[in-house]
Amino acid sequence: MHDVTHAIRRRRDLIVAAVLVALAACVPLFVKDVYVQNIMVLTLMYAGLSQSWNILGGYCGQISLGHALYFGLGAYVTAILLTKFGVLPWFGMLAGGLISALIALALGYPTFRLGGHYFAIATIVIAEIAYLLFLNWDWAGAALGIDMMVREDSWLKFQFLRSKLPYFYFALFFALAAWLVTWWLENSKWGYWWRAVKDNPDAAESLGVVVFKSKMGAGAISAFLTAIGGAFYAMFVSYIDPDAVMSFQFSLLIALPAVVGGIGTLWGPVLGAAILIPLTELTRSFIGGSGRGVDLIVYGGLIMLISLTRPDGLLGLFSRRKKEVAR
Amino acid sequence: MGLLYGLIAVGLSLIFGLMNIVNFAHGEFLMLAMYGAFFLFAFFAIDPLLAMPFVAAGMFVFGAAVYLLVVRFAMRAKTNVGMVQIFATFGLAIVLRGLAQYFFTPDYRSIQHSWLGGKTISIGGIFLPVPQLVGALLAIVAFGALYFFIKRTDFGRALEATREDAGAVALVGIDQNRVFALGWGLGSALVGLAGAIMATFFYIYPDVGASFALIAYVVVALGGFGSVFGAFAGGILVGLVEAMTALMLPPSLKAVGIYAVYLLVVFIRPRGLFGSI
Repeated sequence: MHDVTHAIRRRRDLIVAAVLVALAACVPLFVKDVYVQNIMVLTLMYAGLSQSWNILGGYCGQISLGHALYFGLGAYVTAILLTKFGVLPWFGMLAGGLISALIALALGYPTFRLGGHYFAIATIVIAEIAYLLFLNWDWAGAALGIDMMVREDSWLKFQFLRSKLPYFYFALFFALAAWLVTWWLENSKWGYWWRAVKDNPDAAESLGVVVFKSKMGAGAISAFLTAIGGAFYAMFVSYIDPDAVMSFQFSLLIALPAVVGGIGTLWGPVLGAAILIPLTELTRSFIGGSGRGVDLIVYGGLIMLISLTRPDGLLGLFSRRKKEVAR
Repeated sequence: MGLLYGLIAVGLSLIFGLMNIVNFAHGEFLMLAMYGAFFLFAFFAIDPLLAMPFVAAGMFVFGAAVYLLVVRFAMRAKTNVGMVQIFATFGLAIVLRGLAQYFFTPDYRSIQHSWLGGKTISIGGIFLPVPQLVGALLAIVAFGALYFFIKRTDFGRALEATREDAGAVALVGIDQNRVFALGWGLGSALVGLAGAIMATFFYIYPDVGASFALIAYVVVALGGFGSVFGAFAGGILVGLVEAMTALMLPPSLKAVGIYAVYLLVVFIRPRGLFGSI
């Protein structure tokens, strides 16, 4: 009985996702405003990034506050390969993802043995070391960053002068891919392992779950996807510097949509990004112009309010209502 | 300089280390304390050295209020308590920064001609800046007092017991909120001391806290959670490592040495130098 409802729920999730993607794909046909399109691209990108973070932080319960490292690596590998070696960004993107996944495995080896705050601070510190190194690495542009000159519209080089549409569709693809990976993993043996590791690592270990291996797997997948997002961002803004792609603030921004929407849930990151990113951008442009910090007060207050009133994420609002209806 | 990090970290070691509550607004607390010292100096010509008790008292009230109004609710979460705490206090940090920008403007400010500012003292041929020296002494005194406080007083025991098992302490008549509110007040008052002394030799601006906060977390974790002495030792170690890194690497990379030492320590000892939890 349980298996049947479970299968139905999974199929329903897939259908909802397909409908949402189809609807989202049509939006640019009606919305021509570049500013709005820009917000939509960022929303989709953050949905994908937060979904990637959620695999490690939400499902596996390893709170990483250093995902800016993988995002930044994806962005830098793509940008360096393009500007120094003329490698097309599509390959750069893959290279960035693979390098990030390898680094996640190498870093996971010592860090996944740490528990709780010690792990979280280790992730911050590692990302911060990378940030400082890139800030001082002259060959990689140091603090000035890397400028990828856009000369012509080209799908091959994934550069477009004015149109935001190609970026929009790639961001949609990225968010969907991250969602699908999560959807698939949720029901795989990895998904079950991760939840066991999150709930009680000692019990999981005694039941034959290879805790360490599960964490490594989650870390590598999460890093790979995050780096793809970083590579996309580099091409989207066509200019990167350490502050823009690797600062500590960024690690928190990647995790935030998942936390706001519902940590360790399939739809949480999507919902969180859909609410948070437009709100951030709108407050920034409508009341941030004064330079007096009002946008910060509104934004910070909102984060506080949501985390205090809905500690399990906004998704809880929906599921509770559904339960009431069912009754 | 190491003791200075220790001084910033001592308040955090009480909140983060002993009560096991994440406070991502610690740097902003420091920033507020520095502004407090600045305005007392600018409007009432009270020297930061004399202003210290006032700043500490003000921060005590502020810290207790933050616990009662914000953190108390962040601890109610049944799942993901850590994440809720992180983002509730991260939100608070952004609000505080925004408020500081709004009311104090983003300008850099500094306190000139204070009693301590810019003076140096020569001990055995080595010239030491007086404000830093006072800060270092203050750090030692503060750590000593906190250590005594935790180990020897009823309140200190109540605090540790409450962290271990809030339900059990409620049975013996300890009110968790009262104990933790006092703990937050005390931790914030210690940040107040650090802020007042640092206001004499650092520029004061809304984002000033961020750069110190991360190092303060590292100091507390390096020493090990649950250990006051650990945070003290962590502070000194971080100061020494920073000084040594400065000799080998360009100044912009000096924090790399600190971070690397943290990683080295926790890879060998997963609970920090003297940690118990």
